[in-house]
Amino acid sequence: MPSSTFIDHSSYRDSHIREILNNVNSIAMVGASATWNRPSNFVMKYLLQKGYKVIPVNPNTKEKEICGEKVFGDLASISGTVDMVDMFRPEHEAHELVEDAIKIGAKVFWMQLEIFNNNAAQLAEKAGLQVVMNRCPKIEYARLFGELGWGGINTGVISNSRRRLK
Amino acid sequence: MKKLHPQYGFNTLAVHAGTAPDPTTGARCFPIYQTSSYVFDDADHAASLFNLQAPGFIYSRLSNPTVAALEEKLATLEGGRGGTVTSSGHAAETLALFPLMAPGMEVIVANKLYGGTINLMGKSYRKFGWSAVFVDADNPEDFHRAVTEKTRAIFVENLANPGGVVIDLEAIAKVANEAGVPLVVDNTMATPYLSQPFEWGADIVVHSTTKFLSGQGNALGGVVIDSGKFAWLGNSKYPSLSEPSPEYNGLTFAETFGDLAYTMYSHAISLRDLGCSQSPMNAWITLNGIETLPLRIERHCSNALAVAQFLEKHPNVEWVSHAGLRSSPYYELGKKYLPAGTGSVFTFGVKGGYESGIKMLEMVELFSHVANLGDTHSLILHPASTTHRQLSEEQLIEAGAGAEVIRLSVGIECLEDLIADLDQALNSLYRSSN
Ligand SMILES: Cc1ncc(COP(=O)(O)O)c(C=O)c1O
Repeated sequence: MPSSTFIDHSSYRDSHIREILNNVNSIAMVGASATWNRPSNFVMKYLLQKGYKVIPVNPNTKEKEICGEKVFGDLASISGTVDMVDMFRPEHEAHELVEDAIKIGAKVFWMQLEIFNNNAAQLAEKAGLQVVMNRCPKIEYARLFGELGWGGINTGVISNSRRRLK
Repeated sequence: MKKLHPQYGFNTLAVHAGTAPDPTTGARCFPIYQTSSYVFDDADHAASLFNLQAPGFIYSRLSNPTVAALEEKLATLEGGRGGTVTSSGHAAETLALFPLMAPGMEVIVANKLYGGTINLMGKSYRKFGWSAVFVDADNPEDFHRAVTEKTRAIFVENLANPGGVVIDLEAIAKVANEAGVPLVVDNTMATPYLSQPFEWGADIVVHSTTKFLSGQGNALGGVVIDSGKFAWLGNSKYPSLSEPSPEYNGLTFAETFGDLAYTMYSHAISLRDLGCSQSPMNAWITLNGIETLPLRIERHCSNALAVAQFLEKHPNVEWVSHAGLRSSPYYELGKKYLPAGTGSVFTFGVKGGYESGIKMLEMVELFSHVANLGDTHSLILHPASTTHRQLSEEQLIEAGAGAEVIRLSVGIECLEDLIADLDQALNSLYRSSN
């Protein structure tokens, strides 16, 4: 995934998001909740169903596992590779999390809906990471690979060939 | 007009949006998924669907692939975030208000509306404890004065019934915005080809797709489209969306689904419970209809304006109300909100009042006397004796449906044939009344 260029974060090209979702395998989800009806838990479960390895990071939970996956207290203690960090935390925590993400060799730093942090984004991009802000990987996955339209949502996807069902 | 897609224009989207080739077979025409239910992969998959954790189909009362394709097409053409298709336009009006209203709450409603909507909101909604407060459609200040702390929505028709009336959407959207309530616009008569209410600040759009969208008078249907712009999260006026939902294990729609919340709620709760879902067959007819919407609307508009100009000069016609005529009080608003054309439904007054109005219907040979509009066929109606007949005399006049009023919905036939038909009917009317 080459790209250390700064990109326009107000509107991403579909191809940019599609490339990220196609290329990452392991996702560390910072702020994953053990409570099954919280949004982060929904996202984690969905991404697991779609074949991603999702590693929950949550220093505050008493649970040892979330959705059957071992919980880590911070990014640095994860053993094994992390392709993408997905952040379910307030935007002021982004800077420190980007520093951690760089240290563990993540290639993508993703901030959830309503989360923006331009300084953190620039730091990540300078280190060669791709950055997405104010998006949800579950919604983007469903939008680009044909499932979101099932709910009557405007996906913006126009295609002259069969939708790939993944 | 607002850019609807980073790459493609309206006519392209009318053909392609929502209807990519079928993933299984490659069928180019979108298939009719005529099924009531869908198999679950396993118990966990079923649980995910019922918990709203993953997109997918459970039962066609909630969603269906053909219906969903229509929802996406319509949401795209209006520039909205998502759509919910319903069994009729009336069902769409109720579904649009369902997440917003509660017993004791009020909806401010323009007084120039389809007669059926005036009945629905003015009378039947009382049974739900919802009260409709009717205000002067031509006066945004009147909307402002009607706002109370119980107001939960404002409802207007864009290019209003029974025809020729253009609403000052931007001014009314401002009132709604200041009051902190969504503006719901019935865009049936304009269609997104002529006007997109979200561009002027509306929050929710509804349609009777029965009309110009399906286009040939062959499929009843409706749709609710959400702009995705209204801030539901933390808004105590709208607990359906902003507070935990006991029926979905305490999830909060606005928090879990963000700008998809209203559309998710409309399927997972409103359609699930009210059951006013559209059949896949009707959705398929409407999908195909929309592909030719731009072509049809152009012809509808040019025919209608020419017919209106003809009528304006006819000695047996008292007045013509078409926003494309310079004589219309709505001419300037029409230029602002509907620059490509002011639709094909309008009214005129025949000399001789109620009797002449009824006779006119018997004289025409090409125009069909039906209670519908937005058909390829030209249609004629006398609102006072049909669609608006349940209204009081005062309401009739307010609604622009007085005794002498004839409503036309001009079709796409040869213009000279339409003019000849109206000419002979008006002329014989004159002779018979002499
Ligand atoms: C502007 C408008 N809205 C709503 C409706 C109701 O739609 P339906 O007949 O599809 O229920 C109509 C029907 O005439 C209409 O003209």
